[in-house]
Amino acid sequence: MSNKKKNLLSFQLDVSDFLPANEEEKQSLVVMRESVSFWRDGLRRFRKNKIGMISLVVIILIMIFAFVLPEFYPYSYEQQIRGSENLAPMQYSEEELARIAAGEKVFPHFLGTDLLGRDQTVRLMMGTRISLIVGIVASVLVLLIGSFYGTIAGYFGGKVDLVMMRIVDIIYTVPDILIIILLMVTLKYPLKNLAETNPSFAWIDTIGVGLICIFIVFCLLYWVGMARIVRSQILSIKEQEFVTAAKALGASHSRIIRKHLLTNVMGTLIVTTTLQIPSSIFTESFLSFIGIGVAAPMPSLGSMASLAIDGIYSYPYRLLAPAIMISLIILSFNLLGDALRDAFDPKLKN
Amino acid sequence: MSKKLVEVKNLKQYFNVGGSILKPKYVKAVDNVSLFINKGETLGLVGESGCGKTTLGRTILRLYEPTGGQIFYDGKDITKVDMLPYRRKMQIVFQDPYASLDPRMTVGDIVGEAIDIHKLAKNKNERRDIIISLLERVGLNSEHANRYPHEFSGGQRQRIGIARALAVNPEFIVCDEPVSALDVSIQAQIINMFEELQEEMGLTYLFIAHDLSVVKHISQRIGVMYLGKLVELAESFELIFHSAHPYTKSLISAIPVADPISARSSKRIVLEGDVPSPLNPPSGCRFRTRCPYATDICAEKEPELREISSGHYTACHHFDKI
Repeated sequence: MSNKKKNLLSFQLDVSDFLPANEEEKQSLVVMRESVSFWRDGLRRFRKNKIGMISLVVIILIMIFAFVLPEFYPYSYEQQIRGSENLAPMQYSEEELARIAAGEKVFPHFLGTDLLGRDQTVRLMMGTRISLIVGIVASVLVLLIGSFYGTIAGYFGGKVDLVMMRIVDIIYTVPDILIIILLMVTLKYPLKNLAETNPSFAWIDTIGVGLICIFIVFCLLYWVGMARIVRSQILSIKEQEFVTAAKALGASHSRIIRKHLLTNVMGTLIVTTTLQIPSSIFTESFLSFIGIGVAAPMPSLGSMASLAIDGIYSYPYRLLAPAIMISLIILSFNLLGDALRDAFDPKLKN
Repeated sequence: MSKKLVEVKNLKQYFNVGGSILKPKYVKAVDNVSLFINKGETLGLVGESGCGKTTLGRTILRLYEPTGGQIFYDGKDITKVDMLPYRRKMQIVFQDPYASLDPRMTVGDIVGEAIDIHKLAKNKNERRDIIISLLERVGLNSEHANRYPHEFSGGQRQRIGIARALAVNPEFIVCDEPVSALDVSIQAQIINMFEELQEEMGLTYLFIAHDLSVVKHISQRIGVMYLGKLVELAESFELIFHSAHPYTKSLISAIPVADPISARSSKRIVLEGDVPSPLNPPSGCRFRTRCPYATDICAEKEPELREISSGHYTACHHFDKI
């Protein structure tokens, strides 16, 4: 057939084109793509998101600024430099000028000093550190309590769900500031006593009673939002057939929750936790600002802003640094959360 | 062959759908159904959507706790016992191959889940070997074990679902419309696979479908359900050619015939009206509102399922006149 010289204009078809494919040809047509898991797929989507990557870089820079730089900084956050009170940014005190004149090197105060002569730059670093720690620890606490509670309520459903969610509704109505002030008042002396009498609780003094109260309040009140989100997710996932299939295989409740439900809400959990961080930071800053947060001399962004307000007419620039830092942290965590949501939880995206 | 493997007696499954605490409203999804399945046979179950086929299948596996009645497996009452040992004997294949596989697990883990639960493998290598042999048995290969369900087509996913059910080496499988979500050429492959597996492993099936032509191909006996009731149960041939219940007759007349000449001559029985709401089923015979033969007695008395000839049961007052 093929030997025959074919007329160019002929419509005659070549029979060999229509033979069934043999095994080899079939194999060559199977496109082998690398198997992609949910996490890698999500990471790939996340890397493509420019805003998300930028906010991640900003957060990493802020973390270096807060956790690494203070270790190498020549001043410490509680060190009061005599004679250097109320300096403007990059200004030297007379004493320091004299030392410079004598040929000594003096590290500049980039952001000036406060009314007690403490270097503002290192205080900003420490304040950022405190705010980040509070934000992240509180969010993890919220995540643990909220997801545990929400999973139980959603999975068992019915009356269990009804009772548990009414408790959530009640907690939702409790005013948080009131609880924090109440806790501060009632816990202040017992905790202080504990720290003084028992050396293994000495850390309470360093953290401050206020901060502990904030954590307690997060544990008591703020998990309800997380619990609601997790519950609603679990409610919809547990009706899916793969959960029924697991039941038919004889899987126990804990196995179904661990292997099937939690893995499927993991995307939502990550996103919600990331979005919880800025709101925890905001709450902490706000509480420190009104004076019931961290204990002096430990700075926090809120307490720095509060101190700056006292001298707002003479030294208005002092408010800027902590305010910008709070905004930057909250903005970048929010943008990061949005990017994570787009990457890991595309269903939530509108 | 005639040993009963699964038997249900007066099985009831009611779902509470609201109403007040004093006067709750129930959907009687399965109401007083009695049937048995012999070892090694395939019992087909047909009926239109919402008639309780799937609920019946799942209740037999105790995936729903039955409201009333008894379930026997191999002569033992399993209505109230701990199901874990029976989960190794009774399995289910689901209708929707997209929803029935956990999207976060690899195919190997999905198939291997039963191995983990029932501790069927001594070590990792043995577990892997079992998984690969299961995948090969359903026409997939070992390379598929590390992939995720979304990388497979509908037919392949259904094969994965079957491999998962086979992992415990069951005796009885509820096939809950396993082919309705697949296109016709794949349907044939999967049905043939079910038949091969039955021969190899001596399986017993409860084959649920809404397509009578599929069911009549695979089953030895067929049950017909209407609004939570079993209305007729007979051997396939008997049911197709000597159906006694008017509902079965209309279903059979709706099977498309592949021959246009005989199709033209056959008459289709078209039922009037819609299926009544299961919340408020009609009194007496549930089919009477759409039945062309209905008389007064149908509204007053509920027909019982009785044997009209050997192995042929029907629930109709007028079976002898039809």
